[in-house]
Amino acid sequence: MGNVEQTYSVLVNETSCEVTCDPETPLLWVLRDSLGLIGTRFGCGAGTCGACTVHLDGIPVHSCDTPMWSVGTKRVTTIEGMSLGDEPHPVQKELIDCQAGQCGYCLSGIIMRAAPLVDAARAGGAMLDRESVCTALDGNLCRCGVHNRIIDAVVKASNP
Amino acid sequence: MNAPANLSPSLTANPLLSDWIRFTDDEAVEALTGKSELGQGISTALTLVVARGLGLNPAQVRMVAPTTVISPDEGFTAGSLSVQHSGSALAQVCDRVRELFLTEARQHMGSDQVQLVNGEFTDGARTLTYWDMALNVDLDVATADLTGGVTPASETTDLPRIDLADKILGRPRYLQDLRFPSQSFGRVIRPPFRGATIDQVDVAITSAHLGVQSVVIDGSFAGVVADSEIHAIEAAEILAQAITWTGTSDALSHADLVEFVVTAPTVDAPLMEKATTDNATAENSDHTLSARYSRPFIAHGSIGTSTAIAQWRGDELTVWSHTQGVYPLRTDLARALNHDIESITVHHVEGAGCYGHNPADDAAYDAVLLARSVPGSPVLVSWTREDELGWGPFGPAMVVDLAASFTADGKITSWDWNGYGNGHSSRPSTLSSPSLLAFGDQADGIPIPPSNDPPLVTGGGTARNGRPLYDIETITGSIHRLDVMPIRASALRSLGAHLNVFALESHIDDIAHQLDVDPLTYRLSQLSDPRGIAVLEKVAVMSDWGNRLSGESAGRGLGFARYKNSGAWCAVVADITAEETVRVDRLWIAVDVGAVITRDGVLNQIEGGAIQSVSWTLKEEVRFADGRVTSSDWETYPIIRFSEVPHIQIEIIDHPDQPSLGSGECSMGPTAAALGNALFDAIGVRVRNLPLSPANIVTAMDE
Ligand code: FES
Ligand code: FES
Repeated sequence: MGNVEQTYSVLVNETSCEVTCDPETPLLWVLRDSLGLIGTRFGCGAGTCGACTVHLDGIPVHSCDTPMWSVGTKRVTTIEGMSLGDEPHPVQKELIDCQAGQCGYCLSGIIMRAAPLVDAARAGGAMLDRESVCTALDGNLCRCGVHNRIIDAVVKASNP
Repeated sequence: MNAPANLSPSLTANPLLSDWIRFTDDEAVEALTGKSELGQGISTALTLVVARGLGLNPAQVRMVAPTTVISPDEGFTAGSLSVQHSGSALAQVCDRVRELFLTEARQHMGSDQVQLVNGEFTDGARTLTYWDMALNVDLDVATADLTGGVTPASETTDLPRIDLADKILGRPRYLQDLRFPSQSFGRVIRPPFRGATIDQVDVAITSAHLGVQSVVIDGSFAGVVADSEIHAIEAAEILAQAITWTGTSDALSHADLVEFVVTAPTVDAPLMEKATTDNATAENSDHTLSARYSRPFIAHGSIGTSTAIAQWRGDELTVWSHTQGVYPLRTDLARALNHDIESITVHHVEGAGCYGHNPADDAAYDAVLLARSVPGSPVLVSWTREDELGWGPFGPAMVVDLAASFTADGKITSWDWNGYGNGHSSRPSTLSSPSLLAFGDQADGIPIPPSNDPPLVTGGGTARNGRPLYDIETITGSIHRLDVMPIRASALRSLGAHLNVFALESHIDDIAHQLDVDPLTYRLSQLSDPRGIAVLEKVAVMSDWGNRLSGESAGRGLGFARYKNSGAWCAVVADITAEETVRVDRLWIAVDVGAVITRDGVLNQIEGGAIQSVSWTLKEEVRFADGRVTSSDWETYPIIRFSEVPHIQIEIIDHPDQPSLGSGECSMGPTAAALGNALFDAIGVRVRNLPLSPANIVTAMDE
């Protein structure tokens, strides 16, 4: 820290935004604090829990250890961008349907981690299995013990 | 008139119907509760209780989050008592409210044929709603003054969680998301080790950082307030560098924990008010079995960190917190600040998952201290992950010594239990001085006193489930509660029941093994509690108990308990594979929680508890040395991951005619026990020290 603040123009959920911050500021705090997109969660700040997961150009990353200088022109998608046009993502629909949550705090990051996988499976016409979902979600922690419901919901969502 | 014998204790403290139920102008019912939504789904269960009691649609019911402004004081949301206390209070209140409205409707229409149908009172021709009559019916009457049993107006239906869709769609719902005009943000710097005090601090360098509004130094409490969360985080990093600390640290390390727990000074009390002794035949016992069991400190490990908002307007203080008890927190804030309690308001707002007394209340006091430096501004304070895992209260480490005598035909003639450890509660308002972390750091503060145990009548702490439910002639024992607290301890889901059930059920298995009797058969032969027998028999059928998978490293184990010996019954069968580490393949769980309110909610709580218990039992251990917790991130304090989670099958034995019992904690102990017994089955070695980690397994093999 201690660098001079800089102004960045970023594309978040298909809207272009301007933010002024230290280049080292994690994307997480720019989203939550500067842009008011509070659906992305802080859990550890160290890339070890997955709660803060967002997409850069469609690829899941931990926003807590993504410094602002590294974002550049990449498209940022957050949980708020997953249900654009009022239609929730299939993962979200199935999570609600399976009542897969207790406190729900882990879910935003889990949805962001699972969504590209589910999209690819739906496009390819091959459903996900339990094992591949577990592998994909292994960096996402859930303390309430909702894992099995989450796995079931993600598997179901992958059914085209 | 006599109060009904089964009146909810919550109604004694908050007797009026209007303490609980209000009809609002927009044709909704506001239901008040002192119980907090902790992620366990209580607000959904209570919504259903009210809808059912008043014969309304759940959409017409609005649960009001606990607040010291209007909510009934129900103490803490703890001990699996929310359904038992708040649920039964609301059921009883709604029953009375409905009857009063029915009477009013009958009088008004001049017909005793009036019935409540689909939420409306009708005689077939005319209809009246609750809201039509709300001004005529006085709800400022005591529930106990009205008689009658509780008969819900409509039957059980399941209700999806009322809060979940928001959480899945990323809408603001958590305290972390709450924003006010002219809000400020704060962060606190904790000392490098317990007992460290500030030697020198360069305040100016922190104050000069962009957006900083104030720097607060009070004894060894240090924090910053800034205009944005980003600036607060940056300033906190600068402040942390600007402080030099002094002092000497405590030398205790996690490696010496068992020794410490059994030799530290204690306050002792009997396990039971009087020993049960019927026709003791101890002298006829052929066998004895004694063993020592232990568990380390265990962290709460919520995925979100503790957060609070505080705002001072003159002498008026308002706090938003994800506390387990708005009233007890208010009490401790008033004590710590030496401030008039009536000018403090505490509102509950949902946070990340809560499994007991976590740092929520500490964060509230942090926010209060920081907000005092910026009068008028609401200040949001969030903890770091390191502080959450390092400075919050932990579930206490425990040691349990068991000694049993039994005859050749399996009759247990005596059972002696000795439990050692810190008390399981240092919740706000329950100790001689405030138990808010920062209060111990302030210049004129007092260090947090050693934790206490809840009384035995409410289930105890160290002794929770210390007493077996099996038919035993003589049960004796003592609680040895530590009178010192080098590592901060307080309530964690199921309190002492986690280790006690693990120990007791391991012991029972060992006895069965010595007698060469099947563990299930043995338990059934020593138990006369019918609902206990029922869950054991159920889980045996579910798991096809006798028909176990056999394999080199495969094992199957059973665990059983009635939570607190007064709550829900739960039996668990675990299939595991013991290779380099223990892998849990499958759990079967049978429970009896009395009358089921929300079936899906019960399933979710039982499964969540079981998975959390698998994590505690196999992996978790708080590490510390030199006054500092060293397991303060997810790498040094690993918890269960998706790929490690077992398949789980749960069956509920419903008793619609019996009182509802909480489901949040009953699966913790039996799951731990089933894992220990499965491990024994797999490797033939009894591991008595938790966690069931490779290191502890190797040590047990060497013994
Ligand atoms: S907050 Fe980013 S991984 Fe935990
Ligand atoms: S639902 Fe609470 S952490 Fe996953």
